[in-house]
Amino acid sequence: MKEILIILMSVILVDNFVLSKFLGICPFLGVSKKLNSAVGMSFAVTFVMIMATAVTYPIYRHLLKPFKLEYLQTIVFILVIAALVQLVEISLKKYVPILHRSLGIYLPLITTNCAVLGAVLLNIKEEYTYIQSIFNAMGAGIGFLLAMVLFSGIRQRIEHNPIPIAFKGVPSILMAASIVALSFMGFGGIIENIFN
Amino acid sequence: MIVEYILPISIVVVIGIVAGIMLTIASKVMAVEVNEAVHTVHQLLPGVNCGACGFSGCEEYARNIVDDKTVKTNLCTPGGSEVARKISEVLGIQFEAAVGKRAIVKCSGTPDKTNFVMEYEGLQSCSANKLFYRGRGACHNACLGYGDCVTVCEFDAIHMVDEIAHIDKNKCVGCGMCVTKCPNHIIKIIPDTQRYYVKCSSTDPGGYTRKVCSAGCIACKKCEKVCEHDAIHVKNNYARFDLDKCVNCGKCFEVCPVKVIQYIPE
Repeated sequence: MKEILIILMSVILVDNFVLSKFLGICPFLGVSKKLNSAVGMSFAVTFVMIMATAVTYPIYRHLLKPFKLEYLQTIVFILVIAALVQLVEISLKKYVPILHRSLGIYLPLITTNCAVLGAVLLNIKEEYTYIQSIFNAMGAGIGFLLAMVLFSGIRQRIEHNPIPIAFKGVPSILMAASIVALSFMGFGGIIENIFN
Repeated sequence: MIVEYILPISIVVVIGIVAGIMLTIASKVMAVEVNEAVHTVHQLLPGVNCGACGFSGCEEYARNIVDDKTVKTNLCTPGGSEVARKISEVLGIQFEAAVGKRAIVKCSGTPDKTNFVMEYEGLQSCSANKLFYRGRGACHNACLGYGDCVTVCEFDAIHMVDEIAHIDKNKCVGCGMCVTKCPNHIIKIIPDTQRYYVKCSSTDPGGYTRKVCSAGCIACKKCEKVCEHDAIHVKNNYARFDLDKCVNCGKCFEVCPVKVIQYIPE
């Protein structure tokens, strides 16, 4: 239980996927314009991360590792995740049309998103157990949600303020993103102090 | 040799083929039937997703027309009778002409008639200004004049004239997007057949209204007394029309001492 709590805390705050590992920057900058779409996108990412971990972990353990084919993990995982997301999209459309209408547009976007692939690969690298991997993926998704929600608020503030023309648009957003990432460095060392 | 080359290749190929077959089966088994009629009706609608029909968007309205025969085809105000006729033709339903609607601004407080209580330099938007001591006007139900309705209008029908919203009746289709946007709720939708309306929404007592705005309704009830059809009543300190009873006789228009009842020419 304690390990799971440590994993969740560290992946949400200290090793936030977007703000300290710099994964998933594309949706972070692209979809954070409005709070609604930011939240929708984050839930879709969380969902896909958990599903992808649940599927790729056994493939790695029982197919790639016994034959010493670890170097194949990236391409196999991309293949599996892409197929999985397609399958999920088709079944959502059929059985849960309401959920499909709110998540549907984001699902194809994250088919091979680097944050999803990163979550899966890091689970393998950190040598987590199956349960720990699932929680790590969930934490990564929640961390993504946190970063997206925070940043969409900041972006709305930026848009309503007078900014020098040279900094308008992408430059000001990138600068704001780096400041948010810096502020998250303040969480460094928090885990050791809480749990030990 | 076998482990080094054949095995990795075959693993990737097998996973690819399995995924391909699964997806093919899934897309066949779980195929969602898209009703052709819904698509046709959706194409006919204007596609502004304003929600005037009472559904969450054009696609939702199209789906409801096709699925439920009791849903009328003339609910689309931006499209009007033209669209209603086309949809009825496609689906073979009895056609009813759409009743035109238009938006009206219930405030006559131009700067020469009313005054402001602050010099506001913050975010130039009505909803932001409204948060700040209930808005810049001395009257709390006045048009704030920052044009939130102008931005939301899809049809370029609202413009600021003398710092209050002015609706171009030739362009307005009565979709009602400005109605929900206005933080003071002073924009209302009325049917095209209605000729008179009260251009004020001040809920303050008559004396206070008189003090802060020379154009506001002072709730004197003269219109209420002169009306023979029981169609105009003073409620919450300003006169309101009962649109079902009003016959557009114009007696209230003549008797109003502050000339706040307006006439819309044909």
